[in-house]
Amino acid sequence: MSKIDEKAGTALKKKALYGPDIDLDSFKSEAAPHKYDPDLSLFSEGEKKHIEGVGFLTSHRERTGSFVMKDHSPVQCSIRQDGVELLSMNDALKKYNGLTDYWWKAVDIDADKYTAQVAVAFHDGYFIRARAGIKAEYPVQACLYISGEGIAQNVHNMVIAEEDSELHIITGCTTAPHLKKGLHVGVSEFYIKKGAMVTFTMLHTWGEEIVVRPRTSVWVEEGATFMSNYVCMKPAKSVQMYPSVRLMGRNAVARLNTILVATKGSDLDVGGRVSLEASGAKAEIISRAITRGGNIIARGLLIGQVADVKAHLECNGLILSEEGRIRAIPELDGWVAGVEMSHEAAVGKISQDEIEYLMSRGLSEDEATALIVRGFLNVKMEGLPKELQDEIERIIYETGSSVF
Amino acid sequence: MLLAIENLSVEIAEKEVLRDVNLAIGQGETHVLFGKNGSGKTTLLMAIMGFSGCRITGGKITFKGVDITHLPINERAKLGIGMSFQRPPTVRGLKVHDLIRTFNNNSEETIEQVAGNLNFTEFMERDINLGFSGGEIKKSELLQLIVQNPELILLDEPESGVDLENIKIIGRVIKKLLQKNLRRQRFKSGLVITHTGLILNYLEADKGHLMLNGRIICEGNPREMFETIESRGYEECARCQR
Repeated sequence: MSKIDEKAGTALKKKALYGPDIDLDSFKSEAAPHKYDPDLSLFSEGEKKHIEGVGFLTSHRERTGSFVMKDHSPVQCSIRQDGVELLSMNDALKKYNGLTDYWWKAVDIDADKYTAQVAVAFHDGYFIRARAGIKAEYPVQACLYISGEGIAQNVHNMVIAEEDSELHIITGCTTAPHLKKGLHVGVSEFYIKKGAMVTFTMLHTWGEEIVVRPRTSVWVEEGATFMSNYVCMKPAKSVQMYPSVRLMGRNAVARLNTILVATKGSDLDVGGRVSLEASGAKAEIISRAITRGGNIIARGLLIGQVADVKAHLECNGLILSEEGRIRAIPELDGWVAGVEMSHEAAVGKISQDEIEYLMSRGLSEDEATALIVRGFLNVKMEGLPKELQDEIERIIYETGSSVF
Repeated sequence: MLLAIENLSVEIAEKEVLRDVNLAIGQGETHVLFGKNGSGKTTLLMAIMGFSGCRITGGKITFKGVDITHLPINERAKLGIGMSFQRPPTVRGLKVHDLIRTFNNNSEETIEQVAGNLNFTEFMERDINLGFSGGEIKKSELLQLIVQNPELILLDEPESGVDLENIKIIGRVIKKLLQKNLRRQRFKSGLVITHTGLILNYLEADKGHLMLNGRIICEGNPREMFETIESRGYEECARCQR
């Protein structure tokens, strides 16, 4: 038995700290394999449209690379720029002798039963690496897709940005339109080296009975930047994630933006955690949550371990229905004098003053409300390529419109 | 009459703020409201616009012959009433430009030109009123009004918090908005609240009204009234019983 299996074995029953406990045995661990399908010719038009809805361009235009994993099988994996590598995780492990410097380094195998399950029953995932000094021209896109009823998809991804490189990644996770039940567990490890920059945009559109447990850790070295944008538009039954970013080198920067919309019957426990471990490190966590009947817990944690670090945390929630609940839990943890950390949190309904102000310009109450909701969701995501920013804005716009 | 207010009484949070107010504004006329802080001037403007915080307990408001006393705000706006707020709320994430685009079919060039005239171009992509200075708020309000193009323009202290240089810009824009540059066929009307009187230099108001404790107690030549207030105070102006 490998050390990994041994360590995972101790945690197979270990409940996660947050979120409802899930019976992993109620999901199928086996799934029918899918053939490699580089043109996605085995996808119906409806399915294609569905994955386009999470930012995956089936035309591949203005994309540096594309990766699609359907259930347990990678069905597409192509790259178009020298110096940027995209492989299925299984292929990368073979090619690089198990990637021992990285594999399970940032994420703890025994963190909980979900990480343990990925360790013992790993299916596949993507491996993306930008070589030193290489700037990816367009985003690399990945789609993790569940089409089989009731299956568990255990994913392990890895992103390595070598020194002074630049990578933009768009990950869209979704389920087949008809799918009812499914489980997505995704371990993602990010290694962002000196002076590199990674933006990671994750769009989720889930079926109503889907359970989602991403487990993400990011290591950021000196002068490097990590920016994450998470947009959950069509929420699942239960999503619990609390990605963790370590700013390990001087002047490292992290920005985490989260946009959540919860409808009736969904339970979202989503946060972000940044520990500032070297001087000059900066972090910002911004979360915007809207409930139309579902429950949301929006967490945020900043840990200032050394002096001369600066960080801000914002958790804002909007309750748009009689039912539904939002708990904003911002936390600051300062270990020394000389940390500068702040937070703001607000939960409430749309202000009547704002609605009436817009109505005085001739907008109906519904139009005014939709504009305010769109504005609320419109988090500035700095540093993104314009095309990607426009795409996110378009999705936010549509989310804002669909809320009514 | 374009606007006719008859015996209007208004409560805010169950407290009477306006009592038996009467006011009539004809087409092409600009009227000025004077009065101490807290006398009810802003409430009168809010009641004309139809804000939910102002509960009408008596009387009637007619605009272009239509009884608007209980009409929703946006329908009043569509009939042709527009207001510049003294302290408008901030709408986070909503850019000035994106709001103005929703108003009507003004071309982008027109919007850009108006923003340029107000020296406001660089604020078009900012969140509405977020971190705006006094002058920037007024400019944003006027810009919205120009694009909205109402027939009756309600201005709540359009010059407050504005530096002297910008008062000139704002004054000129208001003059144009109220068509004070036209000698004939003027159909825009206005109701303006001012404390400093500075705006009077730009808009040649036709009539002044003085409010005291929620009532309009006298009316007259706006310049004369302002001079009396400036030299002898509101009470003295009220006493003269023009």
